[in-house]
Amino acid sequence: MTTKALVEIKDLNFSYDERAILKGINMTMPRGKVIAIMGSSGCGKTTLLRLIGGAVTPSSGHVKVDSQVVHELSRNELFLLRRKMSMLFQFGALFTDLSVFDNVAFQMREHTNLPESVIRDLVLMKLHSVGLRGAHNLMPAELSGGMARRIALARSIALDPMLIMFDEPFAGLDPISLSVIGNLIRRLTEALGMTSILVTHDVHESLKIVDYVYFISEGVITAHGTPAEVRESASPFVHQFVHSEVNGPVPFHYPAETYATDLNLESSVA
Amino acid sequence: MPRRIVIGIQGVGHRVIDSVWRLGYAARFFTLTLLKSGASIRRFSLIIRELYFTGVLTMVIILVSGLFVGMVLGLQGYETLQKYGAETAVGTLVALSLVRELGPVVAALLFASRAGSAITAEIGLMKATEQLEAMGMMAVDPVARVVAPRFWAGVISMPLLAAMFSTMGVFGGYLVAVVLIGVDEGSFWSQMQSMVDFRFDIVNGIIKTCVFGVAITAIAVFEGYDAQPTAEGVSGATTRTVVTSALVILGLDFVLTAFMFRGVG
Ligand SMILES: Nc1ncnc2c1ncn2[C@@H]1O[C@H](COP(=O)(O)OP(=O)(O)OP(=O)(O)O)[C@@H](O)[C@H]1O
Ligand SMILES: [Mg+2]
Repeated sequence: MTTKALVEIKDLNFSYDERAILKGINMTMPRGKVIAIMGSSGCGKTTLLRLIGGAVTPSSGHVKVDSQVVHELSRNELFLLRRKMSMLFQFGALFTDLSVFDNVAFQMREHTNLPESVIRDLVLMKLHSVGLRGAHNLMPAELSGGMARRIALARSIALDPMLIMFDEPFAGLDPISLSVIGNLIRRLTEALGMTSILVTHDVHESLKIVDYVYFISEGVITAHGTPAEVRESASPFVHQFVHSEVNGPVPFHYPAETYATDLNLESSVA
Repeated sequence: MPRRIVIGIQGVGHRVIDSVWRLGYAARFFTLTLLKSGASIRRFSLIIRELYFTGVLTMVIILVSGLFVGMVLGLQGYETLQKYGAETAVGTLVALSLVRELGPVVAALLFASRAGSAITAEIGLMKATEQLEAMGMMAVDPVARVVAPRFWAGVISMPLLAAMFSTMGVFGGYLVAVVLIGVDEGSFWSQMQSMVDFRFDIVNGIIKTCVFGVAITAIAVFEGYDAQPTAEGVSGATTRTVVTSALVILGLDFVLTAFMFRGVG
């Protein structure tokens, strides 16, 4: 196997309309590892995943997946690449007109010519691995939020991709399913030799299972390192994040006028 | 004052540019849908599933409305025609009105409000809940997999539904005129048979329904695909589908009628 990194991000800049979201991001994600991306809400983590998946185009810089520059691929090449990667959406994005079984079977039916009996076995195996084999007859509307996410996880590993991007896989899970899913991600990564990118807020659970962590704040990488380095880190940012402190360098507010201006206090004082 | 005028003119300009841009975008989307239809025509089961949702589920409203429209035509026609002693022509009147105008137009209006709005809402919601993006990420083109089957199902169902509407209407006219009022049954049917021309009346009616089917479903899938991915966005798009379709149906009907029936009679 090549030792070259699966995902390389170089000087990546991205903005929606005028507002810069990501500014000069550099990352390397080696094959077979679980890499976590952490950062406060709205700092651009989902956007970064969409850039890796080629759903949006960077303003400058590039993302390379499997040695291909994603935004320079033709549509067909991009679709070929996407067959080898998969994304777990933040809110599941299950197909609401298909049953749980058909959701997991979706890609198998679209991309392979497997006979229905084989697909059935594969789907049940995938569902079993997330603990929801018994739910294969349900429709997405009949699932709880956490169940939907686990089904979405089963769907994202349907074709054993080389790269999976998990957007908040832990949100809305009870502590038991949370560590089950965490371990599942770890196990799958090792068993299938795939690479996982994990976007999460759950510092404690993810530090247990990941190989490397990147912290993003206000569009730049403020810190990165292995879980051991992160736990020991002296960086105030990392410290605040790991220990969930309210006061520190992580901004809680979306950029705005000063509070006083917005409440018209200054004009009345002046 | 001049500043306000300038802003006003700018506003008008913006709107015009926006609409032209959107029209161009819609045309591109329509072409794209046609180009990507191959897969769904090969996998016809995809279209069959949608035929159930757009066609079969619209049948009830079409059949019931057809019956009532036909009954009203029978009543009104009889009232007027009997003054001239021509009440046996009521069958012809009912059949011609339905096949030429009312069948295609009313069925299309009903189709737009029942099936068209449902298509828009469904595609819009799939967009709002990221299902379309997720599908793209799985290397499955949403236009080919979601839009094209719905489009073709609509195009196929529309003429069939309109035919059912007209058939039910003729039956309704028969019920009122022959069964209820007692017009002579033999002349009711024979006049209708001799006066309704297959090529001229029926084929033209079918052409109309096909055109309406393409227009309504194209509007419905486009509005759904283009909807803002929020609850308000989807409900706005659904309303636009019904309103735009209704206007387009009536406008197209005039144009088509002008071409088909000009200078005859
Ligand atoms: N389609 C869009 N158009 C314009 N701005 C957007 C769009 N999507 C996201 N943004 C903006 O981009 C920023 C980053 O969004 P993103 O979804 O990547 O955040 P995130 O890090 O995933 O947050 P969270 O942890 O809450 O999911 C946000 O501030 C948001 O306002
Ligand atoms: Mg996000």
